[in-house]
Amino acid sequence: MSESTSWLHDPAVVTVGARLFDDALTAQGATTVPVEWRPPAGGTEDDLARIAADPRVGAANAEAVRRLTEARPHVVGVRRAGDVLGIDGPQFLHAGPPIDWERASGPMRGALIGGLLFEDLADTAEAAEGLAAGGGVELAPCHSRGAVGPMAGVVTPSMPVFELHDEVNGTTAWCSLNEGLGKVLRYGAFSDEVITRLRWMRDVLGPLLAMTFDRIGPYDVRAMIAQGLQMGDEGHNRNRAGTSLFIREVVGELIEVDASASDIADVCRFVNGNDHFVLNLVMPCAKAAADAARDLPGSTMVVAMARNGTDFGVQVSGTGDEWFTAPAETPKGLTFPGYTDDDVNPDIGDSTITETYGIGGMAMACAPAIVRFVGGTVDAAFETTHSMYDVTLTEHPHLQIPALDFRGTPTGIDATAVVRASRPPAVNTGMAGKVAGTGQVGAGLVTPPMDCFVDAVRALAAAVPD
Amino acid sequence: MIERIAVESGSYHDSVTLMAVGGEIGRREGVDAALVAMATELNVGLLGDLGFAVPDGATPNDLVIAVRAVDDDTADHALAAATARLAERSSSSGSTAEEAPPPTTAAATRRATAQVALVSTPGASAFVEAVDALRSGLHVVVFSDNVPIDQEQQLKAEAAERDLLLMGPDCGTVVLGGLGLGFANVVRPGPVSLVAASGTGAQQACALLAHADVGVNHVLGVGGRDLSDEIGGASTIRALRMLDDDPATELIGLVVKSATDAVNARIADAVDRLDTPVLHIAADRPGDDLTAGTDRLLERLGVTVPRWPSWVSHQHTSGPGPLRGLFAGGTLCREALTIAEPDIGTLSTNLRSPDLDPATPGHVLLDLGADEMTQGRPHPMIDQLLRLRRLEADAVASDGSVILLDVVLGHGAHPDPASELVPAIAEARQRDAAPAVVVSIIGTPDDPQGLVGQAEALAGAGADVFVSNAEAARHATSLALGVSS
Repeated sequence: MSESTSWLHDPAVVTVGARLFDDALTAQGATTVPVEWRPPAGGTEDDLARIAADPRVGAANAEAVRRLTEARPHVVGVRRAGDVLGIDGPQFLHAGPPIDWERASGPMRGALIGGLLFEDLADTAEAAEGLAAGGGVELAPCHSRGAVGPMAGVVTPSMPVFELHDEVNGTTAWCSLNEGLGKVLRYGAFSDEVITRLRWMRDVLGPLLAMTFDRIGPYDVRAMIAQGLQMGDEGHNRNRAGTSLFIREVVGELIEVDASASDIADVCRFVNGNDHFVLNLVMPCAKAAADAARDLPGSTMVVAMARNGTDFGVQVSGTGDEWFTAPAETPKGLTFPGYTDDDVNPDIGDSTITETYGIGGMAMACAPAIVRFVGGTVDAAFETTHSMYDVTLTEHPHLQIPALDFRGTPTGIDATAVVRASRPPAVNTGMAGKVAGTGQVGAGLVTPPMDCFVDAVRALAAAVPD
Repeated sequence: MIERIAVESGSYHDSVTLMAVGGEIGRREGVDAALVAMATELNVGLLGDLGFAVPDGATPNDLVIAVRAVDDDTADHALAAATARLAERSSSSGSTAEEAPPPTTAAATRRATAQVALVSTPGASAFVEAVDALRSGLHVVVFSDNVPIDQEQQLKAEAAERDLLLMGPDCGTVVLGGLGLGFANVVRPGPVSLVAASGTGAQQACALLAHADVGVNHVLGVGGRDLSDEIGGASTIRALRMLDDDPATELIGLVVKSATDAVNARIADAVDRLDTPVLHIAADRPGDDLTAGTDRLLERLGVTVPRWPSWVSHQHTSGPGPLRGLFAGGTLCREALTIAEPDIGTLSTNLRSPDLDPATPGHVLLDLGADEMTQGRPHPMIDQLLRLRRLEADAVASDGSVILLDVVLGHGAHPDPASELVPAIAEARQRDAAPAVVVSIIGTPDDPQGLVGQAEALAGAGADVFVSNAEAARHATSLALGVSS
């Protein structure tokens, strides 16, 4: 039997469509791989066919995957946001796709109020609200400036931001510093306690970390994430291992910077006491990697998923900076004592850049320790990660899941696969209180709205040349 | 009577599954009528025909469950049972392992090694699944119809680049080393392989070869449009070359359709380059037919052509009457047309006029498996509902008509077609000026339905039954003309 005809004898058959034909093959003793097929979301059959026929897609996606997975961003410093993000005075950045005060949710409004107080642009919350409501604050998405911000993601000019640079692709990304849990600006709180902490972060934490990074040189965030995933982090809702690794790495140099012993001790205690501290390094690492994969004509890879508390937005490599948005869903999970599901604001934050990068909800199988916190079981965590391989383009060669025999995390969300499978990416998230000023009320899981991906697929199809 | 109509959006089940559930519900005590189907135009029309109020705004992505029953309880229970059965089917397919079933062909090819993909999704999605399969290095059978020809061109170009065979679209029948994909008869291994532009044409040849005790190695379908000018026989030529490399194949039967001289010349040129002899089998050449083509294969092999089995009652007393063909197999319909027209004159047929009203009086041959007849419904080889309704209507509409049917057996086909046809035929035969019923039964002795049992049941209901569709068509033509055969 020649090579070219061996398939004629005893082939294994993928069956897709009528189950009857799979049954008939099985009854004949054949090996089959049945597809659980369903029509694509949104009636996108013709769009999907147009994309499938586009000869650019394969190479464009391969390049997108290469850039995303080969990226190796390092922390290169701590800067003043106004110096690097093109904002000044009452020009603020925020999480998610574009939004104005009118449509902004409680936590987003609260964070903007807090930002105005922090920048001394208003004396009272009422004055700040009046200023913002009157159009006195110029808003732009973090994503539009190469930055990301967790939850409300409000970045004001005098805040310190981490700067990460990826030598492999030549991209740079920024992110604010993590304030810790509870009453914090990113969850929409703006009390004195919040503003005082922000000022300390500006005056003490930022400068000390800047001096520390000057001493240790570029800090490899991808390597930290890779180790954290092997220690029970998934990089979004659990960053306890990564934070421990970080403090271990930096403490030796931190204690030698030119600052008072009490400031150094405060910084050590602050970083050490905040299990989410490195989320704000993980996010810009993911951002730098995802930005490298942008603007590849034909590529169907998702390069940003972000929420502003009102809308969930998606950007895809092949369609440039266009946002595809739909109303954000409300997360489901565990609320802190004293809060109920009714207190939870719709999904908010740029932290879904972690899922875009192939960690967070995609890597749930790494983090059995937090499955209860996000409302699931260990089995469900494994199922979640398994199910994501069907809608992603690759397995991350450097980020691995020990419990899956070191299989790479499902990476590079393919908008066409999401729509074909009607299976949105798995997303972990924190939950913000609905009312401005409340802060965090819990953590859980959220389902990105399918309509964003449907619209992205339509736009990708429209961008296929005739 | 009480009616219940439920519309569920976002719920999808394939049409065969829905038919099975609809059938179960319809057979419940006290249920007068039931339809469980996606709300395609065709199915919404059928809902109206069955006397149901048509729900507003239902789209082809919505599932409709309609029940008419003697009382509220029966209707409610039937509706609940349908929902429960469908839920059971969705969950029973879920694997208990950590990995849920793959949602796309690309995902499936990452789970396991396979050599072939069988695509039977609705036509609008077939291209995307087939592209997945080709890019994963799989040969592909596209059973789906309603696939645009430009997509067929692209699929075949992509297959050629990768040295793969793209069978279809609208490829009903494939046999790979005895393994049947789609609608395929149970064949024993033998010296013959087929390349077929027609599924039922290939099934007729396989069946007759089996009746002559000759086995079949492979049947490679190429799709009904492969010999069109646009496609130019791309898959036919590739399939011929593959079979030429297969040492077990001694003789190739090429089941063809009429084509332009240019395409015929390309095929002839490809055939000339093969070591294996190739004989043509055609359903649409005047003076020739599938049975005659199969006879030539047997003669070439040195096998005596047997007398093809038939079950004929010779009790028909009806005079001349209209010939009404109700075919599941398009090629079998075409063959009947080619045989009948020289004697009867021009017939009405949807093979020529896709929009033909099936109730058109006079001589009419219908291909009930045509694209426009199957949107959102299973193929009539599986789902005989439309055909049974037509049979009843034809028997009522015209006195002394001659009804000609094909019954196709084998893998994938209805598990017991006679069980549905026998009561309908028997009822028609009870009428005054009863129609004559002629059936061609396309199957091998090894087919799971049991060829002889099916044939005897149909004959018992008063049908004349033939294993050769050409013989059935000639017999029906004679009856329609009032000539005793």
